[in-house]
Amino acid sequence: MAYFSQQLINGVVLGSIYGLIAIGYTMVYGIVGMINFAHGDIFMIGGFVALITFLILVSIGLTFVPVILLLVLLVAMAMTALYGWSVERIAYRPLRHSFRLAPMLSAIGMSFALSNFAQVAQGARVKPVPPIVTGGYTLFERSGFAVQLSNIQIIVVITTLVLLALFTYLVSRTRLGRDMRACEQDQTMAALLGVDVDRTISMTFVIGAALAAVAGMMYLLYYGLVDFFMGFVAGIKAFTAAVLGGIGSLPGAMLGGLSIGLIETMWSAYFSVEYKDVAAFSILIVVLIFLPTGLLGRPEVEKV
Amino acid sequence: MSAVPASSAAHDDILAVSGLTMRFGGIVAINDLSFTARRGEISALIGPNGAGKTTVFNCITGFYKPTSGDIRLTHSDGKSYVLQSLNDFRICKVAKVARTFQNIRLFPGLTALENLMVAQHNALMRASGFTLMGLLGMPGWRTAEKAAIDLSSYWLERIGLFDRADEAAGNLPYGDQRRLEIARAMCTEPALLCLDEPAAGLNARESGELNELLLSIRDDRGASILLIEHDMSVVMEISDHVTVLDYGVKIAGGTPQQVRDDPKVIAAYLGTDEETALAVMEGDA
Amino acid sequence: MGNERTPPGFAAALKKASLSAFVALILFSLMVGVRTEAGPTGQLIYWTRFGELAGLVSAVFAGSLILELLRSWFGPLDTGKFIPAAADGPLKLAQRFFPLALLIFTLIFPVIFYEKRYILDLGILVLTYVMLGWGLNVVVGLAGLLDLGYVAFYAVGAYSYALLATTFGLSFWICLPLAGILAAFWGVLLGFPVLRLKGDYLAIVTLAFGEIIRLVLINWQTLTGGPNGITGIPRPSFFGIPLTPGDDGFAARFGLEFSPTHRVVFLYYLILALALLTNWVTIRLRGLPIGRAWEAMREDEVACRALGINITTTKLTAFATGAMFGGFAGAFFATRQGFISPESFTFHESALVLAIVVLGGMGSQLGVALAALVMIGGFELFRDFEQYRMLVFGLAMVVLMVWRPRGLVGHREATVFLHHRTEISAELSREGRG
Repeated sequence: MAYFSQQLINGVVLGSIYGLIAIGYTMVYGIVGMINFAHGDIFMIGGFVALITFLILVSIGLTFVPVILLLVLLVAMAMTALYGWSVERIAYRPLRHSFRLAPMLSAIGMSFALSNFAQVAQGARVKPVPPIVTGGYTLFERSGFAVQLSNIQIIVVITTLVLLALFTYLVSRTRLGRDMRACEQDQTMAALLGVDVDRTISMTFVIGAALAAVAGMMYLLYYGLVDFFMGFVAGIKAFTAAVLGGIGSLPGAMLGGLSIGLIETMWSAYFSVEYKDVAAFSILIVVLIFLPTGLLGRPEVEKV
Repeated sequence: MSAVPASSAAHDDILAVSGLTMRFGGIVAINDLSFTARRGEISALIGPNGAGKTTVFNCITGFYKPTSGDIRLTHSDGKSYVLQSLNDFRICKVAKVARTFQNIRLFPGLTALENLMVAQHNALMRASGFTLMGLLGMPGWRTAEKAAIDLSSYWLERIGLFDRADEAAGNLPYGDQRRLEIARAMCTEPALLCLDEPAAGLNARESGELNELLLSIRDDRGASILLIEHDMSVVMEISDHVTVLDYGVKIAGGTPQQVRDDPKVIAAYLGTDEETALAVMEGDA
Repeated sequence: MGNERTPPGFAAALKKASLSAFVALILFSLMVGVRTEAGPTGQLIYWTRFGELAGLVSAVFAGSLILELLRSWFGPLDTGKFIPAAADGPLKLAQRFFPLALLIFTLIFPVIFYEKRYILDLGILVLTYVMLGWGLNVVVGLAGLLDLGYVAFYAVGAYSYALLATTFGLSFWICLPLAGILAAFWGVLLGFPVLRLKGDYLAIVTLAFGEIIRLVLINWQTLTGGPNGITGIPRPSFFGIPLTPGDDGFAARFGLEFSPTHRVVFLYYLILALALLTNWVTIRLRGLPIGRAWEAMREDEVACRALGINITTTKLTAFATGAMFGGFAGAFFATRQGFISPESFTFHESALVLAIVVLGGMGSQLGVALAALVMIGGFELFRDFEQYRMLVFGLAMVVLMVWRPRGLVGHREATVFLHHRTEISAELSREGRG
């Protein structure tokens, strides 16, 4: 039981990170109807920007950890958001009303370019950072196994919850959120009613990238390393999460993220670490056989 | 109006729908509907918007599984099929029911000829020895392919598109697309042809041509046709039997003349109750 | 970058270029301007590279300025309308004579470049991707089913051959069909769960399938050798005669002086034959009911069902056929390399083959061949800049897609005609929702 509780905690933390990335996939899909393959690499860029900002802040003599974290968070979100915006402008906007596969391949190309860019600019080796946030609590101890909840885990989960609350408010209560929902339903009609579609789509990418940057920073804090290749694996996992939850559905993305995080952790804990990804992908396939539009996706009604 | 004797021995029921009910969640789209269509006749299903006509069609052609009820199709050789228990593609393949769609569903990137060839898929599949003999170019396959092209040419000529056989279906004018879709359905050699608003969007001339085409399909090929239509000129001119639907319930049935004079039908179309409708009619007269 | 109408002129271009440069400055400030590395003690250190940053930003400024000026002089470039109009004419003409010329060229290619081992190897590589592209074209181009895990079948083919040949000592010519059949079997296996899936759901499941296969290959050490792969895969023989220097080798038997080039030339003709077989079968299938059903399914699945076409078998045969060709190519890859490992079967390969199909113009056989030549050949040009390869490749994919979203050959040829051969603009074709 103690072991299980520990895995549960680990799974939820991992799932939160996946969920934050998955929201970016699902938002873009909802509005533009395309898979933003470069999103995983945006997450990776977020991790790198966070790392570099952190190094600079430490070297100029900042020592108060909360201030460092806050500054790193802000810089990472802002700069990664600009990456998201640029990617949309360069690779997707010219293909907005094109053939469906063209933007997808353009996105795959962008993904390759971004990961190779990070590799060339920052080197291929893994970048380790010393633990920034340390300490934690022992929740309970049973038969010699102590269930730990570290401070960093608390930070990850709380940050995710706060961002989710903000994000839900943004989508459901603000002008931008209304515009986004309108564009999701019908871009032409939204444009006729005075919604600036280009701007709304840009903002979608910006918000998605900012959330991915947060995920990147959390990843850096939690695992203590970044590398240029992490975007691919995390991206595929998060995309799997988005699809599992039902692509286009925001609660679905979070639910999918948590499911993938839990499946991965539990499988590693009880079966084999090597096959954890195989388990996650297999469960995705099994779920889609029975629910072809994911857990919370709207069932597709075939108009005849 | 066509004068087909209603009680000839050849004119038995090809389609019998009984107690058909279709619910979507809490909405009852069709409620306990029963009607029949007779072999070699043109039967029409009419009703105001949202009456559930297309839903009936989708149940018959297997795109929806009805909540309850029975849809039975009987071939002229006496073989009978329970349509609601057949898989969608088997309804066309085995029970020989072909359909068209309200918003035309041709294969826009294929030529008119190719569209008709696709419709002969099952026959050609057998002839090509399920691809293997065709791959090797066996003579049996070549003959079958030629026959299929001939059948397609026949239909292209019937609908006046012989010269445009090699044009992409998506490039044809709207009226031609409508007729091509009917020809495509006929290429499956159906026992029952179901047409979903074939005259929608056609002008008066095209609509007249359509009437002729449908009548000739019935008379020359002995085909049975079930159609949904809004355009009363089509329904009244070519139908042998009309069933009227409103809010998923059958409210009238009979010859076009009988239906036209039924106050319930007029009420449904005018959206008023029967008394008002009667008053309107009397005022008209 | 944008589509806003701005008055043409130098001032406007300058303004836009400055804006781009400013954005680039922010984007690259940390990622390029600061370099991090693990120092000698394991502690991360960093140093600044403002020179590189300045160079990159000026490059963006100059590039953007040139692009803006070109655009204001020649009109909009980014819609893809400008170039296709100019390129379609020659491409149409090329369509008449080009395939034949290309075929003759590929046939005499080894004679021309007999002395140039590197070019022969490149030819083999291009042909392998032509074959993979043609195979995937059946699934994506004809049937309209998006497959992001095609590399799985390539891997199944390669491992089937490698395992059959190394454990049972079967010859290449027996293993080749077996590899194809096994790959086709896996194609059907993938096909079943995805029958009801559409679009992006299909994309992720095929991608996941490809990853599952790769992960199993890495982790099932006892069977596959894990990350180390399989070595000592038998090289192909000239229909039973080994291409070795020995007395019973190919050279000795035919009274030639032994040369390692013989094997390369043989491999070249082998993959050429396999690719041409793929092409021939695909062209034949298009004219058969099954091929027409694939294309019809791409255009409208609902209409297919209403015409009595069994969507299940139609989809499964498309997956199986495409997978089979992938399996053949995989077996060839294994025998050519003599060594395979999971590293050769990553998502990059799937994406590359898919890019070849889409860039070729979905469904066009000639287009796919040209696209393979452009992509693999272009990729090879950057051989000396190994570390920038994926960067250039990725950006090239973006540029090519923006330039010609419908691919190089933007029309399909009708499979049957009454009066005259017709080519249908790809604008009319649907791309399939599956």
